[in-house]
Amino acid sequence: MIRVENLDVTFGEKQQRNHVVRGVSFEVARGETLGIVGESGCGKSTVLRSLAGLEGTWTGSISFNGKPVGKNRSREELKLAQMVFQDPYGSLHPRHRIGRALAEPVRSMGQGDGWSKVAEALLQVGLPAEFVDRFPHELSGGQRQRVAIARALILSPPILLLDEPTSALDVSIQAEVLNLLADKREELGLTCVLVSHDLAVIGHMCDRILVMNDGMFVDELTRDEMRLGITHADYSRELIEASFI
Amino acid sequence: MPDHDPATVLSVRGLNVRFGRNAIAAVSDVSFDVGRERIGIVGESGSGKSTTGRAIMRLLPQKASISADRMHLNGEELLEKTEREMGRLRGKDLALIMQDPRYSLNPVLTIGRQIAESARLHLGSGKKDALIHARSMLERVRIKDPDRVLGLYPHQISGGMGQRVMIAMMLLAKPKLVIADEPTSALDVSVRKDVLDLLDELVRENDSGLILISHDIRMVSAFCERIMVMYAGRVVEVLSRMEDAQHPYTRGLIAAMPDPKHPVRRLNVLDRAQIEAEVGR
Repeated sequence: MIRVENLDVTFGEKQQRNHVVRGVSFEVARGETLGIVGESGCGKSTVLRSLAGLEGTWTGSISFNGKPVGKNRSREELKLAQMVFQDPYGSLHPRHRIGRALAEPVRSMGQGDGWSKVAEALLQVGLPAEFVDRFPHELSGGQRQRVAIARALILSPPILLLDEPTSALDVSIQAEVLNLLADKREELGLTCVLVSHDLAVIGHMCDRILVMNDGMFVDELTRDEMRLGITHADYSRELIEASFI
Repeated sequence: MPDHDPATVLSVRGLNVRFGRNAIAAVSDVSFDVGRERIGIVGESGSGKSTTGRAIMRLLPQKASISADRMHLNGEELLEKTEREMGRLRGKDLALIMQDPRYSLNPVLTIGRQIAESARLHLGSGKKDALIHARSMLERVRIKDPDRVLGLYPHQISGGMGQRVMIAMMLLAKPKLVIADEPTSALDVSVRKDVLDLLDELVRENDSGLILISHDIRMVSAFCERIMVMYAGRVVEVLSRMEDAQHPYTRGLIAAMPDPKHPVRRLNVLDRAQIEAEVGR
């Protein structure tokens, strides 16, 4: 479903030059969930943002569903992959009511005004339809993240990109959001890429895990290997040990 | 105080905190003792764990009203102290380490000046001595090139190093009680353990008490001798091991954490109605 070859991202020039992603390649099968784990600054979010079409400086090739996509995406290409961001406080416009936030992607993709889909989208993520008239500050963090998921799913994308979707939430709310994501993934047959620094979340959600360090993948683990604590690189062993003290 | 047990550093009985005219107390009827040990306070956002920590430091805003039957530090009542007396106590006998070093260090002063200030204030050292002291403290928190770091500004150092600097600053005066409020939640996993180990080592060396406030029950149970679980401003139970949890809230909290070693298809979700019923008994 997703094929990435030699993805390379550099920010800045001359002395400020920062080689963030160093020629990574990976594939994600249809219906599979891939996890990318690593520490701050390892380049994991940049990989995801490149997939989403939010980075403009990458080189290499990215293809969805067998078709290569470029840096400037057409509407059709944009509809293939939608993203849920880390901070539910920052990713919703503070002066837009929930209804408008949800209708916006539909409208900007030229599929009508989108209002007819809003109520259903809210119900789909377990929120009452009355929330259309609320502002983001009237919602809790978990509810906001549900709205962000609804917004990503309203265009029925086959690919869902998740950037630390629960790191700003309490453990009990995290459990609710992860369950919701797992349900939607199953119901809609979504292909997911989940980026997180939290190995427990990654291990719970993903079929396959890539460990990233300094712009490169240093290890690849299956779900079973993760469960048994099998690693193939020193870095991933240290990371796993440090995560479960 | 005749009934003061020298092994007890802090003794709190019936602590209540209320903000403004809010009918719901942020902290209600919290009692505990801290000896020369490590005790953890665990709970989710809004459970009152940080408010408890700040109430001990008397660092809550004006609109908060604090009442307690007793809040003794080494046998002295903290609630009777004047602001001036508290000012002398804070940093010297009582230290608070906060979550994010980027916000708790002064951005316009070099690391050296900030640590030296602590030495001058609490140990009464002269300017030169204070800097020497600051340097040796940086060495104690295992910063490799202390001379360079002394001259850096907070934005020039990493989060892990910033938290070491905070620890150096706070433990310089050898406080009797250290309150660490989420000291590692802004840090990467690989740095977390180092920072916790360091904190542990220095607290043991000074023979102080430590209150570790965190939302992460796993981390707290690996690190502390006793765990106090808070929910909606109350202490729901005190544990010595995470596995002994009896209260439905604590059990729910543990079950809600994903554990790659024991994969489940769906995570357990807290049954809030049941917990409310249990807490409101």
